Amino acid sequence: MSPKTLYDKIWDAHVVDEAEDGTCLLYIDRHLVHEVTSPQAFEGLRMAGRKVRCPERTIAVPDHNVPTTADRVNGIENPESRIQVEELDRNAREFGINYYPVNDIRQGIVHIVGPEQGWTLPGMTVVCGDSHTATHGAFGALAHGIGTSEVEHVLATQTLIQKKSKNMKVEITGKLAPGVTAKDITLSIIGHTGTAGGTGHVIEYCGEAIESLSMEGRMTVCNMAIEGGARAGLIAPDEKTFEYIKGRPHAPKGEQWEAALEWWRTLKSDPDAHWDKIVTLRAEDIAPVVTWGTSPEDVLPITGEVPDPESFSGGKVAAARRSLEYMGLKPGTKLTDIKIDAVFIGSCTNGRIEDLRAAAEILKGRKVAPGVRAMVVPGSGLVRKQAEEEGIAQIFIDAGFEWRLAGCSMCLGMNPDQLAPGERCAATSNRNFEGRMGRGGRTHLMSPAMAAAAAVTGRLTDVRELMSQTV
Amino acid sequence: MEKFTKLTGIAAPMPLVNIDTDMIIPKQYLKTIKRTGLGVHLFDEMRYNPDGSENPDFVLNKPAYRNAQILIAGDNFGCGSSREHAPWALLDFGIRCIVSTSFADIFYNNCFKNGILPIVMPQEVVDALMADAEKGENARMTVDLEAQTVTTSDGQVFEFEIDPFRKHCLLNGLDDIGLTLNKVARIDAYEQEIARSRPWV
Ligand code: SF4
Repeated sequence: MSPKTLYDKIWDAHVVDEAEDGTCLLYIDRHLVHEVTSPQAFEGLRMAGRKVRCPERTIAVPDHNVPTTADRVNGIENPESRIQVEELDRNAREFGINYYPVNDIRQGIVHIVGPEQGWTLPGMTVVCGDSHTATHGAFGALAHGIGTSEVEHVLATQTLIQKKSKNMKVEITGKLAPGVTAKDITLSIIGHTGTAGGTGHVIEYCGEAIESLSMEGRMTVCNMAIEGGARAGLIAPDEKTFEYIKGRPHAPKGEQWEAALEWWRTLKSDPDAHWDKIVTLRAEDIAPVVTWGTSPEDVLPITGEVPDPESFSGGKVAAARRSLEYMGLKPGTKLTDIKIDAVFIGSCTNGRIEDLRAAAEILKGRKVAPGVRAMVVPGSGLVRKQAEEEGIAQIFIDAGFEWRLAGCSMCLGMNPDQLAPGERCAATSNRNFEGRMGRGGRTHLMSPAMAAAAAVTGRLTDVRELMSQTV
Repeated sequence: MEKFTKLTGIAAPMPLVNIDTDMIIPKQYLKTIKRTGLGVHLFDEMRYNPDGSENPDFVLNKPAYRNAQILIAGDNFGCGSSREHAPWALLDFGIRCIVSTSFADIFYNNCFKNGILPIVMPQEVVDALMADAEKGENARMTVDLEAQTVTTSDGQVFEFEIDPFRKHCLLNGLDDIGLTLNKVARIDAYEQEIARSRPWV
C-alpha cells in the first residue's frame, strides 16, 4: 500500500462514491449548525418535503446573533436576530436534531460546544456552515466550512460532493519560549505563508512545539487554518487527545471506546507520505505577536514597528497603505506605543478555559487601565461555569473586566457587542478585516495573555514585561 | 428544484454591463431566514427611489416588463460576492432564464443549483435578442432547452451551447441533492458498513 497522510486516511475512510473525474461523495460524521447559515437550508428541505437524514449526527446551537448580557433570558431585542434564533429553535424541534438553546448552560460558540460535548472525535468528517470549522481539526478530524446549499445537501443526504485538496505539512520544531502561545504560532504561520499560502491544501500541523500544546492550544492553531487560506487544518491525535475526549457526554464508552482507540492510534501520516508543500518554522524564532493591519497576515513581533507600505511589493503596497489609513497608524510607530480603547477576550479561537486562565494569570492583582473598556466572553456556558469555580471570573471582575455570557460576541458585528467607529481593540479573535467588529472598528489580533497585558497598560504590550514583574 | 424544459415569456432588456450581486440583492437583505420573498428586493437600488417609491424608469417597473421571465443582460452578469441570495431573488421575482455574453463563475453555478438557465451567446446574438426584448410585452421569446435554441418573437432562431450534464439536471429538475439521492443505496450501504467498523460514530 502506498504511504498516506493523515488527510488521505480520513478521506479514504469516508468516500461513498467516486466519479470518473475524481469528484467524490464524502460521508459526513458530524454536522454542526448555527442560526445564520441554516434557515434557508431547512426551508429548502421543507419545500421539497425532505427530512434530515441523520438527526442524531446533527448538532445545532445559536451563537452569532445572541447577546452576551444577562438580560438575554428575557429574549433578544433586535428583531432580525431574534427571528434567526427562533427559527433555529423551530427547525431543531421540527427536524429532531441535537440542540443547545440560548438558555442552556451548554450553549456556546458552535466550535467550542462540539469538542466540549464529545461530538468531535478523531478520524471524523465534521462540517458546519461556518469557515472556522477547521478548529475541530485539532482532534485529527477532517473539518471545514460549507455554504448554505451544502448545508442543505448534508442535512438531506449526510454527504457532501467534494474534490480532494493537496497535502501541506507545517512543522514547528523545538520548544516555545515563555510568554509565547498557540495563538502566536498560528499568527506567525500566517505571517510567514500569507493568507493565500494554504490555498487548495489541507494543512497538517506537526513538530515538537505542536505536540507539546494542550488540546485547547491545538484548537487555537487549527482554528486559523482558514486565515492561512487552507481548506482545513489537522493535528494527529495522541494520548493527550484521547485523555481530553474520555468521559465527555458523547464520547464512546466501554467496548466502543476500546475499538475507537485502536483505530484512532492508526491516524497519523506515514513517515514517507508525499507532501505537496512543506513549511518549517523554529519555535525559538516565534515571539509574542500582534497584527498591525486589516489582514491576518499583517503580523509582527510586539517588539517591532508599524511597517512602511513602501517596504512591500506588488499589490500589497496599496493594500498596506489602505490598512494603515483604516487603522489610523503611522509607519515607524513602535507597536508598544499604540494606545487601545477596548479589549476583547473570547471567540472560537481563544474562548476556552485555558485562554481565560492565561489572561487571568496576567490580570491577577492588577487593574484595567483607566478609560479602557474590557470584556471577557467565555466560549460556552460550561467554560464560564468552570472559570467561576476556579476563581478566574473573580480575577477578571476585580480587574475591571465585564464578565459576559457565552457567544460569538464582538468577534463579528452581528450582535449588540460592537466597536464604535475608530475604537481600537486588542482582540483574541481571528479576523481583523475592516468593519469586522463593528463599522470603523480597529482590531489588533493577539493571544489572551497579550490582550490581558494590553488591558493593564492601555497600550499594546509585550506580555513578557509583565510576567517578569511581581505585583 | 423546478424543471426547465421550454419557456415562452417576456424578456426584459438590461444592457448594463457588470451587474454585480450587490446590485441584484443588496447586503441589508441577507439577514433573512428565507430564500423566498427576496423578489421584492431584486435590483433594490435601481428599482426603488430613496423614499421607497418605484423608479418608473427602471425596466422591471414598466408595465410591459413586470412579468418578465427572461433577462437579456450586458457582459459579466452576476459578478461580486458569492451570495446565493442573488439567484434566490431572481427566481422569486420569476426570472428563469438570463442571456448574456458572459457570467461570473460562482453566479453561473448558483443559477443551475436553483433552476435558472444562464445562456451565453456571442455579442451579435445578444444584440439581436436585446432588440427583440425592447419591443415590449407582445414580443414573446421562446427558450427551448431540449433543442438548445432561443426563438425571437419574429421567428429568428439562435442555437446555444450547454454542458450536457447540466442540461440533463435542469431538464429533469435534478439539483445536487436530487442527484445524490439517486445514489441513496450507496449511502445506505456505507452506513451499514460503518455501523460495523466504526459503531461509535
Ligand atoms: S467566534 Fe467568531 S469566528 Fe468563531 S464562529 Fe463565532 S463569529 Fe465565527
